[in-house]
Amino acid sequence: MALLQISEPGQSTAPHQHRRAVGIDLGTTHSLVATVRNSIATVLPDEHGRVLLPSIVRYGQDGVFAVGVEAAARQAEDPRNTLASVKRFMGRGLADVAKTHQGDLPYDFVDSPGMVQIRTAAGVKSPVEVSAEILRVLRQRAEASLGGEITGAVITVPAYFDDAQRQATKDAAQLAGLEVLRLLNEPTAAAIAYGLDNAAEGVYAVYDLGGGTFDISILRLTKGVFEVLATGGDSALGGDDFDRRIACWAIEAGQLPPLGARDLRALQVEAREVKEALSSREAARFHVKLQSGDPVDLTLDTATLESLGANLVTKTLKPCRQALRDAGVDIADIKGVVLVGGSTRMPMVRAAVAEFFGQAPLTNLDPDQVVALGAARQAHLLAGNRSGDDWLLLDVIPLSLGIETMGGLVEKIIPRNATLPIARAQEFTTFKDGQTAMRIHVLQGERERVDDCRSLAHFELRGIPPMTAGAARIKVEFEVDADGLLAVTAREQSTGVTAQVAVKPSYGLSDDDIARMLRDSFDHARDDLDARALAEVQVDADRLLDAVRAALAADGEALLSDTEREAIEARIVALAEARVGTDRSAVRQASDALSTATDDFAARRMDAGIRSALAGRSIESI
Amino acid sequence: MAVTLTERAAAHVQKFIAKRGQGVGLRLGVRTTGCSGLAYVLEYADEVKPEDLQFESHGTTVIIDPKSLAFIDGTELDFVREGLNEGFQFNNPNVKNECGCGESFNV
Repeated sequence: MALLQISEPGQSTAPHQHRRAVGIDLGTTHSLVATVRNSIATVLPDEHGRVLLPSIVRYGQDGVFAVGVEAAARQAEDPRNTLASVKRFMGRGLADVAKTHQGDLPYDFVDSPGMVQIRTAAGVKSPVEVSAEILRVLRQRAEASLGGEITGAVITVPAYFDDAQRQATKDAAQLAGLEVLRLLNEPTAAAIAYGLDNAAEGVYAVYDLGGGTFDISILRLTKGVFEVLATGGDSALGGDDFDRRIACWAIEAGQLPPLGARDLRALQVEAREVKEALSSREAARFHVKLQSGDPVDLTLDTATLESLGANLVTKTLKPCRQALRDAGVDIADIKGVVLVGGSTRMPMVRAAVAEFFGQAPLTNLDPDQVVALGAARQAHLLAGNRSGDDWLLLDVIPLSLGIETMGGLVEKIIPRNATLPIARAQEFTTFKDGQTAMRIHVLQGERERVDDCRSLAHFELRGIPPMTAGAARIKVEFEVDADGLLAVTAREQSTGVTAQVAVKPSYGLSDDDIARMLRDSFDHARDDLDARALAEVQVDADRLLDAVRAALAADGEALLSDTEREAIEARIVALAEARVGTDRSAVRQASDALSTATDDFAARRMDAGIRSALAGRSIESI
Repeated sequence: MAVTLTERAAAHVQKFIAKRGQGVGLRLGVRTTGCSGLAYVLEYADEVKPEDLQFESHGTTVIIDPKSLAFIDGTELDFVREGLNEGFQFNNPNVKNECGCGESFNV
């Protein structure tokens, strides 16, 4: 029994039509998955109620494998096989990684073309595989929570990710069995979560202070679409730095002796808890029991924390100033500021941001969840569960896309107004016996006939194995990505031979052209249908004529008497004559007549075929 | 003639309406569609039409158009959890048969 969700007024989905789509924040330190349920974006917790999945995968000895909390728990004892923060290595070569992390990582890197890999006890792993494991856990969580397979996902990436890093993220999703509806920039996702896409047009700032990184993005919203104007940040500044400062303070204030690694880690963990507690309280107890058995028992108040962290907060403001300059906007132009990342819960950070931008930032969503929530809203929309009226009108196909079929007809494969990105496939077959190649003509338009549509591309699929007409199965797939790029692939199913072409369908078409093509299709709807119907009976007639002629040539002498043959030949002539005219019913009648006249002949051919297949074989061998 | 919510369902509906920020109640109904004839409508209601019928159940307003009521009269709407999955379930005494997943039905 499916469990139902509440829809927006008038938008109940048809049964079985509700598409389960999720938004995934694939983060450096942790990842999470969200969806739109009961028309509200919500994050999905695991069976223990935990929302954040640490982005850590452990490939231990003897096939030990863990993702998330279990992997994180063993990080200290098995650092080489416990891979954390692989997002930093996505789409990066060894040289890049070595440059940014001079030997401060415990991993055994292996150089490989395109992207660095890491040697673990369970073999060499690429960052893509590691990310795929994280995505797989989130996918399973989402499927358990939504009661079925996921249609697609929107995955967020930093705005500064280049093509290689984005492609690596897409590959990871594919490996995890997720269809990527779109990659979305993290700051854009955060802005969408706050519904800013429906807000006034203008410039917005997204301030993202995470565990280990700081990012500032300046976005401009025009007609419901966000454009990233500038990004900046500090890849080595985050909440962990505050924890370290607090731990140092504890060592000084408690006058602690030199400590071992384990004690230092304990201090840092406690520092983090105290820091979090101070977001809602004035003072908190700092309590740790050292390995030596000595207790550390201190009290930290907000004033001290502020003095400890003041210059860290100031350090975030310099990239903010730079990003504003790069974007060419004034602080006064900023319409709203969105906070992302757990560290922005600290009142001192909020105060500094408010002062810098001269306005209170948006804080009512959980800063750890805001990116995933925005991605979920986008995914909900892209999957076709519409919740807005004029959302993202730019991202639809303006005119239908299709291919030419026999008779000069257009078979539409992607309908007009389908939301991007989209992929649709349809199977076609050969028309003639022994046909080994197929010419594929890609067209755009609403009309039924090739001559009335716009030709986009031609290509040929060769190497189809010779078969009787109609036996080959050729799958033609149309794929339009988020940028409106169309790729058409034709694939013969039994041999796997493929041919492909890429085009940009919107190229060179103005709004006026599109409007005219649409108007024509309405004006000529009746003619087009008639033309299509005529072309269809003509194609059927051709196929029948071909088949009968071939059969006569093969078995006519053996199986038919002269009178029978003459009767059939007369009907062939009649049909061939009707075929060149435009009288649809005449063509159909002549076709029917020929097909009735050959019924007996076809039956005899079948019998003969079976007889020759069975001849000379004993009953046991069949 | 009535349609009711379980206490749990009512509490969830109220929570969702509060989160959504607007809505006068919950609209229940049926539409003709689906593999088995009829499908449930479960939507937020932003307005009550003059012909609508209204019921109160555990403090939540349930709004139904008169045509739909015949098919769902006596229904109790429940909120259930199955593992991580959760959602609403119609316990409708009028149903003669339904498709495997219960999303569409016949009376």
